[in-house]
Amino acid sequence: MKIVVLVKHVPEPTAAWRYADDHTLDRTGVEGRLSELDEYAVEQAVSLVEKGLPATITYLTMGPARAVEALRKALAMGGDGAVHISDEALHGSDALGTSLVLAHAVERIGFDLVLSGMASTDAEMSVVPAMLADRLGVPQLTFAGALTVTDDGVTIRRDGETATEEVRASLPAVVSVTDQTGEARYPSFKAIMAGKRKPVTTWTLADLGVDPASVGVAGAATAVRAVAPQPPRQAGTVVIDEGDAAVRVADFLVAQKLL
Amino acid sequence: MAEVLVLVERSDGVVRKATLELLTLARRLGDPAALVCGAVDDATTALLGEYGATRVYVADDPELEEYLVAPKADVLVTAVRHAAPAAVLVTSGPEGTEVAARTAVRLESGIVTDAIDVTAGDGGPLVTQSVFSGSWTAQSQVVRGTPVITVRPNAVSPEAAPTQPAVEALPVQLTDAARGARVVGRTPKTGTGRPDLADAAVVVAGGRGMGSAEAFGMLERLADALGGAVAASRAATDLGWYGHDFQIGQTGKTVAPQLYLASGISGAIQHRAGMQGSRTIVAINKDPKAPIFGIADLGVVGDAHAVLPALITEVEKRKG
Repeated sequence: MKIVVLVKHVPEPTAAWRYADDHTLDRTGVEGRLSELDEYAVEQAVSLVEKGLPATITYLTMGPARAVEALRKALAMGGDGAVHISDEALHGSDALGTSLVLAHAVERIGFDLVLSGMASTDAEMSVVPAMLADRLGVPQLTFAGALTVTDDGVTIRRDGETATEEVRASLPAVVSVTDQTGEARYPSFKAIMAGKRKPVTTWTLADLGVDPASVGVAGAATAVRAVAPQPPRQAGTVVIDEGDAAVRVADFLVAQKLL
Repeated sequence: MAEVLVLVERSDGVVRKATLELLTLARRLGDPAALVCGAVDDATTALLGEYGATRVYVADDPELEEYLVAPKADVLVTAVRHAAPAAVLVTSGPEGTEVAARTAVRLESGIVTDAIDVTAGDGGPLVTQSVFSGSWTAQSQVVRGTPVITVRPNAVSPEAAPTQPAVEALPVQLTDAARGARVVGRTPKTGTGRPDLADAAVVVAGGRGMGSAEAFGMLERLADALGGAVAASRAATDLGWYGHDFQIGQTGKTVAPQLYLASGISGAIQHRAGMQGSRTIVAINKDPKAPIFGIADLGVVGDAHAVLPALITEVEKRKG
């Protein structure tokens, strides 16, 4: 069985994020990392194999040169190899473009199961897994809080506000997992060194047969017209409770017409 | 004027408030038309009409309930091809966002997600998003295909604009691919009687500082007094004090209620990402250095176990 895990190199959540002149995320000088939400997908893939599922694990990412750091982190956690799609023309791709390129790459790698995180921690759109499933013509099972994989199918638990659902699909399928699937492991020094020796293949758009005009800023179906830093929320009044806090909060709620 | 198609979401058969918000927004862009997956009764049609739907498309097929999002995307694509709307509006959320995503792929249309505002603009709707954990806003436009826009609940207040909608049935033809993921088990949760977290005007949330699962009972009583929903920080859900499906933050839900009352929550950036769009924030925390005080309109440095019972009494007293 072949498992492909989608991973993304994202800015540190605490970094000061800003836009570049072309309204894309300015990544220069910003520390990056493997998206925390993708670590759960990596963990699930690695533990499925540890629990006896006969499968190879390939990580797939798309992004600038430094995106390789995310692949190396994932490879340190486990798995067999990785593919980095790197091409100048990809800069500024929207979700449609991203899912198109990923679909071509996943087809080329070959797959029974595609795993991803529930969202990226930068764009936070949560649309790429659904788009990828649609492009590949396979079922999607998203926001899995737990999953079991057998030779011919995958079953997930999906926790909603009104019900917990069990959802099943035959393979191949696309599955996105939440942080509920379990803590991601910290790789040991030995595992990190082993990860450095695993193969990382680089593909360009030409390798994938994707027309550069269909991706990047120019190929995007959406255009950012204006960006502005959000004025930071002003801190309001802070009071120290001297037994009167409840009255003060209630007064405030009345003044704000909230009560 | 062209139609603006709104995908109707229902919870236990009742149209969600977020759908009425979409109808309100749709009126800025054209004639609102509602698309319902499933059977429709007169009360539903009347409600959609009260909020301005000039037409109600009905795609009724019992199979729609057995599968996840893909069949609804089939229906939405059919509706867009039939009605040729100026835009499609869907409520952001695990289901709506994915229906929108698949629809965008099939139509080769641009998609903008998690809008906090939508206005009419030259060359199509102007969509405002809050991005990078709420530190920036971006205004975007769809430049190819039918704009597909998902909108956060509470982006606007629903405003009535009564009309008599025409009802039109749409054929449902599920593709085999849409039948790929089947719901094989469903365990309903006991209803809390409180509003859905995403729709709630008031959210009362607790964190590690609550100290125990039992202490969340105080938050439930306060929420009930305020007519709100209860939520928790990741620290509290990880400790098992409250259900994970009520978690606010980057790995949970994003809410933007009229009032967010945070009790015993320090306010790490991952939590703030899920609630800083709230109109008014009140925070109670023992630690005067807690980052939550940096964004709270009113902060109380104090012990939640002392403040909350007194606040419940005070709120109940003033409501009479």
